[in-house]
Amino acid sequence: MEKTEAHWVATIAAIAQNQDQKAFAEVFRHFAPKVKAFLIKSGADVSLAEECMQDVMATLWHKAHLYDPSRASVATWIFTIARNRKIDLLRRYARPEPEDLPWGPEDAPDQADVIALQQESTKLAEAIRKLPAKQRELIERAYFGDLTHSEIAAETGLPLGTIKSRIRLALERLRHAMN
Amino acid sequence: MPAIRHHIPDDLLMGYAAGVLPQAFDLVVATHVSLSDDARARLASYEALGGAVLSDLDQAQIDEDSLDRTLAKIKGMAPEPRPEPSRGVFPSPLRKVVGGDADAVRWKGVGLGAKQSVLCSDGEATARLLYIPAGQAMPKHSHRGMEMTLVLQGAFRDEDGVFARGDIEVADQQVDHTPIAEPGEDCICLVATDGRLKFQGLLPRIAQPFLGI
Ligand SMILES: [Zn+2]
Ligand SMILES: [Zn+2]
Repeated sequence: MEKTEAHWVATIAAIAQNQDQKAFAEVFRHFAPKVKAFLIKSGADVSLAEECMQDVMATLWHKAHLYDPSRASVATWIFTIARNRKIDLLRRYARPEPEDLPWGPEDAPDQADVIALQQESTKLAEAIRKLPAKQRELIERAYFGDLTHSEIAAETGLPLGTIKSRIRLALERLRHAMN
Repeated sequence: MPAIRHHIPDDLLMGYAAGVLPQAFDLVVATHVSLSDDARARLASYEALGGAVLSDLDQAQIDEDSLDRTLAKIKGMAPEPRPEPSRGVFPSPLRKVVGGDADAVRWKGVGLGAKQSVLCSDGEATARLLYIPAGQAMPKHSHRGMEMTLVLQGAFRDEDGVFARGDIEVADQQVDHTPIAEPGEDCICLVATDGRLKFQGLLPRIAQPFLGI
């Protein structure tokens, strides 16, 4: 049965707050096979993909307290960990990552932002499923690393503008909370 | 197609999200995103697209002892520390590559007080820091590939306006410009250029336009 985004957010929170191994096992069962598939499609052989996937899931455990559900869905967050690990391993350099916004545990993300982002993420996923097969395949290939930078063009017809505005709003609230 | 773009273009953000940029461009994008909430939000939207692609994948077969081995890995690792707010001139991705803030850069003089420091160069692309004294011109140049210039300190002005801390300029082959550091503070920029091009030929000529100003 398909679990909701709210369920996965709560599961990551259980890992962060209680080091909940049952919650981790559930996230693992759902996402680890997808992460491995992503790595194989990105060019890793099966044994490297397995090893790398385990690293990604272990990193998820140790970064769970840094996950911000007002800025990324759980799948998006896991994608970024997998992509970074993939570059470390396949291209052999530590990928430069943007400085993260520091925020204390007392500044829990705004619930309205969290719910809005979940809605936008669901809309985006639906929009991708409705794309013509060829266009959808092109997007997938871009994220598997099959396209060079110059072959990548911004996709139109996807509700990226709205998700961007949501994230932007969440960032602004976060900045205010910090000051 | 406009040759100069003052906002970081979407194809570069999507390329960064997908992880297909050369290392030098990764560094400029990560540093720029550290300074710009707009770029951060746009990047996050392209990462959301990556998350949606991941979600839609069929599951690969994982090893039987996969979860146990991952739990064993977890035991040996320390939790990630929460990031500290950065206070210096360089955001953290740049500080990691330099090994410190602006005072830790190992500069090489290129004439008339201008300095540079090459940070990474892999045949595909090169990233370097440029230091231009306040009021001085950078050499007039064209581009054989793509050039991304991110201002970290001070400001520069060219045919297109004034660029200050956090501003980024992306230029390509069609562009021929003479950036001049604004008066006041010395200007430090992080510059990434495409492959083969440009600075080899540029270095010997560098003093001339400097003297001309
Ligand atoms: Zn230029
Ligand atoms: Zn310009």
